Order: sequence, then structure tokens, then C-alpha cells
Amino acid sequence: MKSLRENEKVIFNYGGAGKSGVDFKMPDLNVKSSINDKYKRNTPAKLPEVSEVEVTRHYTRLSKMNYGVDDGFYPLGSCTMKHNPKVNEKIAGMEGFALSHPMLPYSMVQGSLKAMKILEESLNEITGMDETSLQPAAGAHGELTGILMIRKYHEKNGNPRKYVLIPDSAHGTNPATCTLAGYSVKEVKSDETGCVDVEALREIIDEDVAALMLTNPNTLGVFEKNIKQISEILHEKGAQLYMDGANMNAMMGKARPGEIGVDVMHLNLHKTFSTPHGGGGPGAGPVSYRSHLSPFAPTPKVQENEDGTLVLNWNLPDSLGKVHGFYGNFLVTLKALAYILALGGEGLEKSTEDAVLNANYIRESLKGDFNIPFKTPTLHEIIFNDKFQEEYGITTMDIAKRLIDYGVHPPTVYFPLIVHGSIMVEPTESESKEEIDYFISIMKKIAEEAKTNPEILHEASHFTPIQRPDETLAARNPILKWKDDENEG
Amino acid sequence: MSRYLPLSDKERGEMVKACNVSSIDSLFNSIPSDLKFEGILNIKSKSEQELVRFFKKLSNMNNSNVVSFAGAGAYNHFIPSSVDSLSARQEFLTAYTPYQPEIAQGTLQVIFEYQTMISNILNMDVTNASMYDGATAFAESLLMAKRVGKKKNTVLVSKGIHPHYIKVAETYLKNLGINIIYIPTKELKTDVNALENLIKDNDDIFAVAVGYPNFYGTVEPLDDISRIVREYSKKALLITSTSEPLAFGILTPPGDFDVDIASGEAQSFGNYPGFGGPFLGFFSSKETHLRNMPGRLVGQTKDKNGKTAYVLTLSAREQHIRREKATSNICSNQGHCMLKATIYLSMLGMTGFRKLAEINNNLAEYAKEKINGTKNFKVVNQVTFNEFTVSTTTDFKAFRENCISSGIFPGVHLEKFGKDKDKFVVCVTEQNTIEDIDMLVELMGRAK
Repeated sequence: MKSLRENEKVIFNYGGAGKSGVDFKMPDLNVKSSINDKYKRNTPAKLPEVSEVEVTRHYTRLSKMNYGVDDGFYPLGSCTMKHNPKVNEKIAGMEGFALSHPMLPYSMVQGSLKAMKILEESLNEITGMDETSLQPAAGAHGELTGILMIRKYHEKNGNPRKYVLIPDSAHGTNPATCTLAGYSVKEVKSDETGCVDVEALREIIDEDVAALMLTNPNTLGVFEKNIKQISEILHEKGAQLYMDGANMNAMMGKARPGEIGVDVMHLNLHKTFSTPHGGGGPGAGPVSYRSHLSPFAPTPKVQENEDGTLVLNWNLPDSLGKVHGFYGNFLVTLKALAYILALGGEGLEKSTEDAVLNANYIRESLKGDFNIPFKTPTLHEIIFNDKFQEEYGITTMDIAKRLIDYGVHPPTVYFPLIVHGSIMVEPTESESKEEIDYFISIMKKIAEEAKTNPEILHEASHFTPIQRPDETLAARNPILKWKDDENEG
Repeated sequence: MSRYLPLSDKERGEMVKACNVSSIDSLFNSIPSDLKFEGILNIKSKSEQELVRFFKKLSNMNNSNVVSFAGAGAYNHFIPSSVDSLSARQEFLTAYTPYQPEIAQGTLQVIFEYQTMISNILNMDVTNASMYDGATAFAESLLMAKRVGKKKNTVLVSKGIHPHYIKVAETYLKNLGINIIYIPTKELKTDVNALENLIKDNDDIFAVAVGYPNFYGTVEPLDDISRIVREYSKKALLITSTSEPLAFGILTPPGDFDVDIASGEAQSFGNYPGFGGPFLGFFSSKETHLRNMPGRLVGQTKDKNGKTAYVLTLSAREQHIRREKATSNICSNQGHCMLKATIYLSMLGMTGFRKLAEINNNLAEYAKEKINGTKNFKVVNQVTFNEFTVSTTTDFKAFRENCISSGIFPGVHLEKFGKDKDKFVVCVTEQNTIEDIDMLVELMGRAK
């Protein structure tokens, strides 16, 4: 942020006929193409016609219409926008990794396999699980993998079962995943602390239930204190406990899911383990699991030979199969490994402590200015809402947009769905006290403005390239690509 | 270990006090004591210097110093410096999914440009913001076709599609009660007679899926396939899966053959082979099926002052709104890979895209001709782009070892995919010189 130009045209509006950003040398060959007649493309694909200079300027200016975590505070609740160390990029760009082809003989890719193995072991240590598969490409993909492992486990025992239980506070990917895995969803109520209502669980559980998907700490930032009991209730009926590890940043070194009753979980490497979110990915969503689920994990698995060399084992008869074309987002997983090894066990625990301290400090500092709908102690994130501001006609959306005026990214808003007007703040450990104090001061200012000058909130944001785009118009009349004659700008 | 942690101990003390607790530990009191992990995680920390040394060593354990003819789903193309340099800008790299359009117009406009470029390359109406990779894009294309096809429950899938994509599709489909019937290949090409027999008396078919070009490098007879599908089934969708979309620089795009969903892998566009990921699943469709599409879409709109703006749109399809009724569970996709592809395609441009495809095709045709001149190696398929399948009467593994010791990787063995032991897929790109090809052919000539 931010560009000095008001507008940036789409790239198709730059340049002119015949220009290209790459000069190719056509090899001196006299050959005939086997592609002929109706398979020979007549009209070339309409692509931009610009030089390297124009490409550079265009994408540089576009980048300046974006806000990244390097710009400043980015307290998106449940997204864990922590610092993305620069060395990680350098490591993922090392030629030996970047150019390594996934179908080479194992003797040519020992370095890649070794990195995978070390990361698997590190994640086992952090989660207290027995094994890890790095194949899932994102959190939701990890959920699918974990639930399919559970399905295979039940099938092996003779019956895949019918339902997966999900608390009403869960992220939307959880129920969507269950449908994809062939399960119906049954909702379990949260109690007044946002935790699973154990009595409600007892009532609903039977032998048709395959699993419970639990986010821990839950989306309200509250640790599921009854997790062990929940696990026992499930196991008694032969059901499994799946943990959505999106919020693992709140418990590294403090509690290990594998030791508190969880059977299988996923991690979001782009959250807890610092890999950049890239404006929407690529992420990585490894699944970690207890040994009884091992036969059902994705194919292939990294395996060590007696002589210490590493191979991929493709012969796993009970495996759920493959969930990715190759072995997952390998270069992303390298970045996570670099992060874990940079911090070590103590550093990871310290990160969790600082993340929780920052969140609680914000909670204490703002509790007089913004309503806290759940009074239970929280770990790494804190949920406010717009209840105190309601009487001035101010909504969560206004507060979020006004924060942009003050130069910070808004928190996650209107999620979880069970909180009206939710404002979910997750500061992470990456913020200095100075930055946190700045956030607190502008939040207080906004609370004051809500009373004295509500108009300025309604009109926010004031200094951005665009203001409050019309989403209804976009959906009613979808314009999903640039066309010569139809589009402007 | 403190380099990523900006709080000082003094500040921690002040903040603990402000929280009205006695210590940081007491902030974790909500974790019951019998559930707490009391030890210290057994992972040693490294300085940045140690870290670089450690990874350099691992990186050097990989043998990336060969002239490679490996393709089969992951491609080695030259990546202009602008792609890495511009895409590394932190404003792109360290941003989240563009939930706040006011401060994410950069990401949103890039996605809009990407949707345009891919749609134009495929001659399809609409393209989404990306899927995880070609394999999951293929699986999602079948699921989408099933949504469109409603009660119909059978899909015909060509055995010419990348075997890993088929495996992933099986994983995605097998719990949903959908029948997959495979169309066999004949001479590494979808057997159109078999297709005709499978489709003509079966009114349960919601889609027919083929590779284009397929896994073996063959340009499938898509006009015949399209004609058969339309002739025998009014409702079935035609789906293509492509792992090397650079082919569409010279190859007639799927949209010209009335394809309903064109999906595949766009790693070729500015992304590294990276031991198989992160890659870039592309997903395009006819507009009539728009509301059944998975994944994110960016649309153009106006802001409150009438200025052109871009936003995520049609989200009523997605998991955060529809939950268990969503079109997919996908949330994070491959945004940064998509950015690289967009910059890469901007760099190539209209003429460069075609020219690069021609270079690839010319070099591959040259290699085919030369290989067919050897005694023990023959190209099996005829119409191909930059990849083709070679059969050999020699012991392939011994030949491969010999090649590797001469600094050449000759191609990917089909046995790696559980297929023929006497065949391998050769991929020739602009990264291979005429001399490289001559060297490969010479090694073939010497193989017994």
C-alpha cells in the first residue's frame, strides 16, 4: 500500500499488437507438426500484448492496492496471520527443491523425501500423534482426508456409519467436508461457554455416528475442557474424534491433541506454521493421526529402508487412496519445516504464550469499549460484537471499514455465525506491544466516534482505491472476465 | 529463537499485570491440568545461518543437475525472472484471501485477469480462481457434472486421463454412490467405438471425461468424442482434463468442441515442478452451469462512487454460506500459483504463447522422428504436442541408469504408474536443446 495512481486498468488495456515480454529463439528445424486440420488452433488465444516493462509496472501498481501482513497488524480471527519469515522463501526457492520432479527415481530425490520425513516427525512431536501425511493441500482438504480415514476405519470394521456430529460454532468447511465424504451432518449445541454440551452429546450419540468434528480451541477461542470426556463418550460407541487444528497456535507445547483423546486432526501450515497465505493459498493441511488409523492414510507414504535411504510406499491396500496429484504442496511444507526448526520446541511454546498474552491484553484493554458476548476465558483470540454501538446505528461492518482508515486490516467479521455482529480478533505472537497498543487506541477512538460522529463510520473507508463495492450488483449481473467491448477500466 | 517474537520480557511483565493475572501460565488455566503437556517439545532451534546450511545440504541431496525429459503431469519450462520477482512482492505474498475488497483490489484484479486469460486460452465462458491441482480439479469437475445431471449416476472416464487424477477422482467419488465406468484406450487413445457402445444404451450417464492431450501425450479425437456424446446423450456433460495447457498455443481449445467443463493443471504457467506442489488446478465451464461451479469467483462491479471494483462473488455456492449444501468444501486455493501464472501469461502474451507452443511442438516432433530412426525405441502415438510415449525392446531401467550417469533423464517410466514396463513418457520443452535430444537419441542407439 498504496499506489499513487487512482486506477489501474486491466492488463488487456495496455500495450498493443505484436508486443511480448519474452524473446524466444525458434530452433532451426525443418519438421512437420503432427497437429493438423481441425486440431490446429485458428484464432490465437486473446492474451495481453505488453513488454516486460509494462508487466512490471502493472503488477507492481496492483500490489500496492493490497495490504499484506508485512504492512502491519492483520488480526483476522481464526486465520492466524503471523509473520512470514523471509528465509523460508529462500529455502523453498533452492534449485534442488524447486526443480525436483515428482516422478524421478527415489535415488534422485532423497533430499525432498528427507525434508518430508523430518517435517512429519516434527508435527508428530507437536501434536502428540503417531504419524502424519503431508498430502492435503489446505485445511479443508485435510478435513476431507481425515474424515475419509475415519470412514475407511469404520468400513474395515464392517459399517461406514451415517453421521458426523458438528458443533454449531464450526467453520463452514466442516459440514461441507462431511457431505463430500458421504456423511450426513448432525449439529450439536454449544453450551454457554461455546463448548460442546456434553449432555446434548450423550443424548445424540449412537452407533450410527462415525465421528465428532471438534475445533479446539473452538472458534470462540475457548479450550474444550471436556475434550477427554467427549472422546470417551465417542469411543464408547466406537466413534472417532476428529480435531480441526486451525487454532493450534493456541496450544503448541501446552497440550498435545494425541494425548487428550483426539484420533486424527489436520494442521494449517499457512496459519500456525507461518507459510504465507498468498492472497488465497497455496496452503498445506497435513493430517496427523493415531496409529490405529495408519492403514487408512493416503497413498503414498514416505518410508525408510534398512540402509537409511527413503522411498515412497505405494502399496497400501487399506488406504483411502490419493487426495492430491502428487505428494501435496511440497514447497509450502518446506517453509513450515524451516519455521519449526528456527523456533525449536521452546520457541514454539513461547510463540503460543505470546499469542495468548496479546489476545488477553487486547481483551482486557477493550472490554469497556466493546461488548464481549462470551465471558469465558479465551486463549489466542477474542470475540467482541457491535452491541454497545447498536444504539448509535453503528454495525460491525462500519467498525471494520473505519479500522482501514487507521491503517490496519479489520478482524474477521460476522463469524462465527452463532455470534451476532461478531468481531473476532486474533493478534498472534508477531505483534510488538507498540502495534497492539496502537490497535487498542484506534479501537477506543472508533468507539468514541460511534457516539460523536457516526457518519464518519458509515462513510468509511475514506482513503482506499475503492469504497464499499456493490456485491449485490456483482452477483446479479456476473461479469467474470474482461471483454473488449463490455468492460471498462 | 527470539527473532520472530517482538515482545521483550519487560513488556510481557507489563501486559501480564494489565491482564490481572499472576503469570502467563495462568492464562492457560482453562486447559485442565491433567490435559496439559508438561515437557518441552523435543525440537532444537537453529539460527538463520544454521537453517540455510541445513536446507542447502538437503537440497544438494536431490539430483537436479540433469537434462530432463520428464513430464507426465509436472513440466520444466523456463520461467522469466519477472514472474518470481513480481510475485514475491509481499503485498501479494503475505495477504490473506481478499475478504476486505477495499484493501485487496490487487489480488482481486489479478484473479479477474487470470479468469479472463484461462477462459480465452480454453475458449470457455467462465473460470474460477483456482483449485488445488489438476487431479482435484478433475475430481471436482465430475462432482459438478453430477450436480448438473441430478438423478443420473454414471460417469464414463477415459483410461487415457492421468492415472493419479483418476485415483483422486475415485477417492472423491467412491462414497457418494456414483458409478465410474472406464473407457478403454486403444493405441494410447480413447477407444471411440468402445465409447459409443458404452453410451448408446445407457441413459444414466451424467458425464463423459477424456484427457486432452491425454496422459500419454496423445491429442484425443475430441471432435469424434464430442459428436458421439451429443448424438447419444442429450444431457451428459463433456469434460476434458489437461496437464499441459501450453498445448493450446497451437491446439484447438476445448471450447471449440462444445466441452462443458475444461479442467486441468496449469503448473506449466510459471510454477516450478517443486516435487509435485504447489501446483495450480484450473477449472472452466460453460456459463449455463455457473451456479454449480466449485471454488471462488471474482466479479466486476461498481463501488459506491460508481468506480469499477472487483469482489468475490456468487458466494452463495460456497461452504461459508451453504455449509453442508455447498458445491465444494474448498476454501484456501492456490492463489499465489495463480498470480504466477497470470504474470507468466502476461509476459508471454498472445504471440509469445503461440510461439512457445510451436517451439515445444517442433522440438518434440524432431525428437520423435529421431527416436523412430533407432532400432530399439519407437514412438507409439501419432498426434502429440510436447509429450509422447516411447516403447522399447531394451531393459528400460538399465537404459535409464545409463542415461542418468551421462547426465540425462530420459522420461518417466509407465511402470511408476502401474502400467506397461516397456514404455515411458518423454516430454520435450524449450528447456531441451537440439543437442540434448541428439544425445538422448544417441544413448538410445547404444542401448541393447
